[in-house]
Amino acid sequence: MRKNLGFAVVVSAGIAAAMGAVDPTLLAQQAPATSAQPAPAVSKPDPPRPAGPGGSYKPNDDPFPSTYKAPPSRPFAIRNATVMTAAGPSIRNGIVIVRDGRIVAVGTNVPIPADAAVVDGTGKFVTPGVIDVHSHLGVYAAPGGIALSDGNEATNPTTPQVWAEHSVWPQDPQFPRDLAGGVTTLQALPGSANLIGGRGVVLKVVPARTVQEMKFPGAKYGLKMACGENPKRVYEQRGPSTRMGNLAGYRDAWIKAERYRRKWDQWLAEPKGDPPDRDLAMDTLAEVLRGNMLVQVHCYRADEMAQMIDVAKEFGYSIRSFHHGIEAYKIADLLAREGISASVWADWGAFKMEAIDPVMANAAMVHAAGARAVIHSDDASGSQRLNQEASKALAAGRAAGIALTEDDAVKWFTANAAWTLGLEDRIGTIEPGKNADLVLWSASPFSVYARAEKVWIDGALRFDRLAPDEWWRTDFELGFVPHVQKGRQ
Amino acid sequence: MRARLTIRAFPVLVVLAWLAATMTALPAVAQSVAITGGKVFPVSGPPIDNATVLIIDGKITAVGSNVAVPAGTARIDARGHWVTPGLINASTRLGLVEIAMVDDTNDASARGDRQVSAGFRSWEGLNPASVLWGPARNAGITSVVSLPGGGLIGGQAALVDTMDTGRPGLVRKAPVAMVANFGEPAAGGTQARGELLMRLRELFDDARVFAARREAFENAGTRAFAVGRVHLEALAAVLAGRMPMLASADRATDIEAALDLAAEYKFRVIIQGGAEAWQVADRLAKSGVPVLTGALDSIPASFASLGARQENAAILRKAGVPVVLIAEQGETFRARTLRQHAGNAVAYGLPWDDALRAVTLAPAEVFGVADSVGSLQAGRDGNVVVWDGDPFEFATRATHVLIRGRDARTASREELLIERYKKRDAPRTP
Repeated sequence: MRKNLGFAVVVSAGIAAAMGAVDPTLLAQQAPATSAQPAPAVSKPDPPRPAGPGGSYKPNDDPFPSTYKAPPSRPFAIRNATVMTAAGPSIRNGIVIVRDGRIVAVGTNVPIPADAAVVDGTGKFVTPGVIDVHSHLGVYAAPGGIALSDGNEATNPTTPQVWAEHSVWPQDPQFPRDLAGGVTTLQALPGSANLIGGRGVVLKVVPARTVQEMKFPGAKYGLKMACGENPKRVYEQRGPSTRMGNLAGYRDAWIKAERYRRKWDQWLAEPKGDPPDRDLAMDTLAEVLRGNMLVQVHCYRADEMAQMIDVAKEFGYSIRSFHHGIEAYKIADLLAREGISASVWADWGAFKMEAIDPVMANAAMVHAAGARAVIHSDDASGSQRLNQEASKALAAGRAAGIALTEDDAVKWFTANAAWTLGLEDRIGTIEPGKNADLVLWSASPFSVYARAEKVWIDGALRFDRLAPDEWWRTDFELGFVPHVQKGRQ
Repeated sequence: MRARLTIRAFPVLVVLAWLAATMTALPAVAQSVAITGGKVFPVSGPPIDNATVLIIDGKITAVGSNVAVPAGTARIDARGHWVTPGLINASTRLGLVEIAMVDDTNDASARGDRQVSAGFRSWEGLNPASVLWGPARNAGITSVVSLPGGGLIGGQAALVDTMDTGRPGLVRKAPVAMVANFGEPAAGGTQARGELLMRLRELFDDARVFAARREAFENAGTRAFAVGRVHLEALAAVLAGRMPMLASADRATDIEAALDLAAEYKFRVIIQGGAEAWQVADRLAKSGVPVLTGALDSIPASFASLGARQENAAILRKAGVPVVLIAEQGETFRARTLRQHAGNAVAYGLPWDDALRAVTLAPAEVFGVADSVGSLQAGRDGNVVVWDGDPFEFATRATHVLIRGRDARTASREELLIERYKKRDAPRTP
């Protein structure tokens, strides 16, 4: 979150304190325990319940497993479209064949199976599903306010124990709007109040009753860390209150985490006696040290990114991506060398001191240096138009004299984003074997006039602009948000 | 007693009038130039292919396909290019806010008097050296409304050119509006919508009495007013029709409340934000009340904007409402996204010509400067942009941005940074 962060924190804390004084919910829950019930005539002792697995812990534990299932879909073919594969040059008059939720063929001379439904793409463009690597959808849900402000556990500067998925509200009306913008996968992250903010979660943008139904099966967790102004502003009174305090905070956490990891890995290799004490915060950090999670660092300034790289080296983990990376262009060579992607805006900045050096060509300059550029949003509105932001970055890069094609820029919101989430084998390009996450655009996605017309996730049509009666409306929207059907202009 | 502490207002009025006259009269460095061969969109009339826009001493003197260019006049060859009036972003804080989270670069919000800052003339603190003028200018924006905000009555706004000259050269007209909050009770220091309206009525009633009984006021012969003289003075100007009220409101009922109050107290009102304005489009059209709105808003981001939708501008225009497209309210850095908003409004149903009008002539009309900017006609100031394509497309660049005939493009801070870091082998630190 960029704005009003300090304000949200203060007010939330106030409410929490007020709740602590008299909590009616607690009283209600306690009531049945005191009510007199007639004792059963014969009491049989319950058999001892087996201990749940939560008492112990092992790498890659998955206590909140995904229950996402792609709905069955019939095979289909998109034909006669310009196919921007994000894996190579665009294919004009291209055909994409989808079966069982996967892309099975792409090209110009591809036979269309007899059982395939045909989507005419004449004059239209196809890209992989858009991926937003930095979202707060669900954790800062609309219509906003304190009640839905669930993104920053701003009670301690180091909170690796919190998981963003436990804050995600599947009825956030921002989800269907993201889908209508072509977004098929997003990473919902904790906010940036904390040095270590907790686990992010990768979601499919689909209607669901539970967050588990949205979770991308098998996706690695992300660890959200944050540099600079936000932590030192939020914790000004208790510390850290300086950038040097921030750095000490990260290192302190990793020192403890390494000791924890060693203890647990020893016990797991030779489980004798009682297991070591379990600590949720350390669980998460140990998973990072084992390479089982991807580190996503909110960091604006070039000098701070370089320091975060050194901290990672000191403790033997790697950073997957710097998010916001306003100054990524200043150290694009370093990012290329270290294999770290830069997840950036095209057109946002100047709102605080550490963000005063934004350039629209940031992504282009990162790309030119051989590092992976990603266009991200951190914003529910911007997320709906990542293609437009990429288009700005492309134009600015060209204006800066960098030779770029639209095929380069399409990767910034697809293939490179998939890599940032560790999902490059499954999504992000239009290639045989990949998940059929596809967007059919009414025009080139680099045009301001283009709109996502159809959006498929795992081969299932999830959004069709031409069928407004079928649009996903969250529970929240019923009654609250006027439903405009065919009258839409 | 407030009245005892006041000084006579007459000199203030004189100074105000003098300032207004000075600000509109001061010419910047003017130039003569002929823009030839382009597709010209005068906005006040239909597009003209292969036309010339002639600017003499900073003023447009002719627009058409058969314009004689005086010998020796500088030329801009605009063949294959599009020529439009300079864009106007009618809701920014350019020059008032540099870095939002750095307090001493913020001059947009006054402390005021019980949430009322009507007397606050925000442009008096305008920073002509802001580094944010450049990016806006390079994006084809030649004028902006720079407005204050916060509280119940935020203060007075000015319409300024984005030229990098001193402050008097920047301000085209001031004041152009009184900024008021009709939709956020808490921000206005109240707890309920009805209370917000109660306070506004109290202010207007006081301003009425103040204006009618001025002499008694100076002799401490009136009842106590809710706010001080400078604020009443300014509100009286609104009631006298000397400036419109720019009312921030998203919820349909808040917009209607603004219309009701405007009718009751007979002031001119402009709606800003207007997320749900489409729901009351017919009433807005009937009252001829303009709406300033962005075109990217689709999220029910608060309980006051549950009906937000990107078709807002198109529906309003179709109903006959004067629509002014802005890039969200009070933008600074992102003021330059105006053309993205215009393009998206088109994608969501607003005819292209109406979108261009909504970022040129419409804001000029709404804020009373259509006699000098907003269209390409003889007699207007030479605020003109030459584009290498459709101005709303991302790939399009403004090749020339003229303000009063002078090419106003400058290397922005952003361009300087790119230059520095593009040279990969160049030493980066001394």
